Amino acid sequence: MRLISDPKVVVAGGFILFLIVVAIFAPLIAPQDPLAQNLLTATLPPIGFPDAEPGFLLGTDGLGRDVLSRVIFGSRVSLTVAFVAAGLACLIGSILGLLAGYLGTFADTVISRLVDVWMAFPPVLLSILLIAVIGTGLHSVIIAIVVIDWTRFCRVVRTETMSQAQMDYVTAAQAVGFSRPAILFREILPNVVPVLIALLTLEMGIAVVVEAILSFVGLSVSSDTPTWGGMIAEGRQIVHEGWWVLAAPLAALFATVVAFNQLGDGLARSLDPVLRR
Amino acid sequence: MTAPKTMPRLAIEDLSAISLRDGNRPILRRVSLDVGLGEVHGLVGESGAGKSTIAKAILGIIPSQVRIAGGKIGFEGRDLLTLSGSALRAVLGRDIALVPQDPTTALNPSRRIDAQMTDGLRLKRGLSAKEARLRAHSLLEEVQIRDPDRVLASYPHQLSGGMRQRVLIAAAFGLEPKLVIADEPTTALDVTVQKQILRLIRALQERHGTSVLFVSHDLGVVAKICDRVTVLYMGKVVEQGATAAVLAAPRHAYTKALLAANPRYDRPDTGLEPTPPEVITALRAEIAAFDAGSGEARDG
Amino acid sequence: MLLAVIANRAAMALVTLAGVAVVVFILLRVVPGDPVAMMISPGASAADIAALKAHYGLDAPLLVQFGIWTKGIVEGDFGTSITLHRHVTSVLADRLPATIELAVMALFVAVTLGGGIAIVGTLLRRTPGEAVIDGLNSVMLAVPDFIWALALVLLFAVALPVLPLTGQIDPALAEGFSTRFYLTESVLTGRFAVAGNILSHMIMPTLALALPLAAVIVRLLKQSLKEAMLQDYVLLARIKGFGELRLVLQEALRNAIGPTLALTGVQFTFLIGGTVIVERIFAYPGIGNLAIDAIINRDFPLIQGLVLLFGLIFILINIGIDLTVAALKPRLRHA
Repeated sequence: MRLISDPKVVVAGGFILFLIVVAIFAPLIAPQDPLAQNLLTATLPPIGFPDAEPGFLLGTDGLGRDVLSRVIFGSRVSLTVAFVAAGLACLIGSILGLLAGYLGTFADTVISRLVDVWMAFPPVLLSILLIAVIGTGLHSVIIAIVVIDWTRFCRVVRTETMSQAQMDYVTAAQAVGFSRPAILFREILPNVVPVLIALLTLEMGIAVVVEAILSFVGLSVSSDTPTWGGMIAEGRQIVHEGWWVLAAPLAALFATVVAFNQLGDGLARSLDPVLRR
Repeated sequence: MTAPKTMPRLAIEDLSAISLRDGNRPILRRVSLDVGLGEVHGLVGESGAGKSTIAKAILGIIPSQVRIAGGKIGFEGRDLLTLSGSALRAVLGRDIALVPQDPTTALNPSRRIDAQMTDGLRLKRGLSAKEARLRAHSLLEEVQIRDPDRVLASYPHQLSGGMRQRVLIAAAFGLEPKLVIADEPTTALDVTVQKQILRLIRALQERHGTSVLFVSHDLGVVAKICDRVTVLYMGKVVEQGATAAVLAAPRHAYTKALLAANPRYDRPDTGLEPTPPEVITALRAEIAAFDAGSGEARDG
Repeated sequence: MLLAVIANRAAMALVTLAGVAVVVFILLRVVPGDPVAMMISPGASAADIAALKAHYGLDAPLLVQFGIWTKGIVEGDFGTSITLHRHVTSVLADRLPATIELAVMALFVAVTLGGGIAIVGTLLRRTPGEAVIDGLNSVMLAVPDFIWALALVLLFAVALPVLPLTGQIDPALAEGFSTRFYLTESVLTGRFAVAGNILSHMIMPTLALALPLAAVIVRLLKQSLKEAMLQDYVLLARIKGFGELRLVLQEALRNAIGPTLALTGVQFTFLIGGTVIVERIFAYPGIGNLAIDAIINRDFPLIQGLVLLFGLIFILINIGIDLTVAALKPRLRHA
């Protein structure tokens, strides 16, 4: 297994696994209630700095809530969005890409044109616009990401399917008398999967950032659910009084994004020679 | 080996090289050859024989997977292999120039001929922009380009292959080097153009008294232009001598096979016919014996 | 020939833009949440609401509203902002210059920084130095402008408090300008102290926008340069005795830069998109920051104007890329 021998993949993948465990067992791991406010313990610095108090490892925010516990609980929203939004974008984009690439002609023209139109607009603006239209909340964030980023999958799958559809084994399958959908899913899809996995991983990193941006702007989940983006927005306001309120979620976001990216990069390198650049 | 009458311009002694990629396979096996003053020396062999490794070693552009294992490249009393990067750069362009193999790739597609011909003159000969331009103009006339101003103002893609090779020859000889390495300069050209280019190289070489190391896989081409010839096989010199003598009475079976494959050596050919298998077998045995004797290579 | 291709592409883009405008117009009106409901006081009567709706033309049928809007655009009138009570065109004209100055500055920094690192990386190829550059760059490639912006806030707010965190210029200095291109104007009129103040405000947003683009440029340009350095014409120039730096700059760069230019153009549109969030973080008064406010307040006319403006900017950038790439390719120019 080449994957295991790539230290990038091992470290990045290990971090993602760790994050998943943290998100699932957040109530058991978090030292404090992430929502418990206490103005007596407001803006306490992390342990190791003057005036720190035991029990608040990474300090507290402006309302006296434990920063570490909020970062731990914030991972739940980030990972939910990462997996659900990226997964759905992958599913929808791949189906359209397979159709465009395999059916060709009319379906291809329509879908390709749609992709071009879609990609003509800046993703951040489009996502904020979408949220404004469909309202805030976790569902909206996920929908916005799917609606914007399906094109990434569609383009790659379309190209890949087109090249695969010309291979001998597809002709052979047709000659034996398999139906089109059967060929599509049984013969072509498995060959496209390696590319998809790498792309999906990269997309998860993007989804985490988009969610954080929308939370930052105040368009994601309601403010009583801890999110990294929401914490960053609070931390940005009180950066002079308590830099750790910004630093902790930002570090978590950074590590997660880099991990997804390096994992996707490593997977692309080991799984598929086509994506090598 | 015929001893040169005067001190040679280029004296390669016992040059050995190995490929680091390929299990330290020998690429050059103690090659010695001299290029005299004003001499055109042919270096012949099939691809992979080590011709271009020799050319690259002289020019200091050995690829990273090749290592020089021994020997000397004497030029002007110095060993080029031991020169520092900047010392070698001082020699290159001023004293040694190259006529490359493929005129379609050897000119920078995004620079005008003017700029490409004058940059060397300015850097290596200290000419002003105006002087360099005049010199480039007369050089193009010297290689029988009828419309030098138009050519100077052109980009490479606007010129034919033969025209580009003339430009490259003019640029090489224009620096007044003492030695020109001509690396298969006619291989990429039409047969009709080949003849003109060969004549041109010979004429320029005679007029300027330049020494030329003429690398080719084609004995027919070499016969037309070279004073002496060295035949390489698998990095080993199998025959060396005056061109006329070698062609009239080849001593080595491999040279005979080369001649047999290209009987009309008064006319350039495009490629080599396959060498007979019994000759190859004999050659490999000879090289194995040579390796065993010199004790510097381990390979079958 | 080439111009025809570019004109054709621009026309296609305009059609696309018109389509997007229509979709945005309809979407904004069919979904729940209307702007009037957000501006009225809780005690307003139904009659008040109706009057307000009529005032903004929101009570007419969709088709009529659309007709009015398109007619206005043709006449150069994009409507009146609901929250700012000013013409959309004048709001945009006020805010656009700040974004243009920021984006152009970021582009300049990205190209200089990315190009410089790519050239150094090419000079260091096959050395440990190249491995260091590649390693750092692979992390840089993953980090978006949003994270850069906040990391810079941490750095310059806490560790090294030398830069202003928000705004475009000290309010006390923002006087006596005849245009909104504050930086350009202050430089041209020789008010260098003012220009310095503006620059100190722009450093962080500029870097946040430039660094991701620089990383992309480093990767692609270095790869192209390394490929170009293997070409015969570079070899020949090396044999003329030219040094490495001269080989890279004189021989390789011009031939290697094509793909990077094209990609930089595409990435520049992403950079413009990035101004939305980066301007927000630094409270920089450009159109990106404005867009977020407009969307949150459901200021329909302003949102529509902004969408068209962003679309137009992208079309112009793409035409600019096409022209630049064509200008640098002699093969195309003489074809």
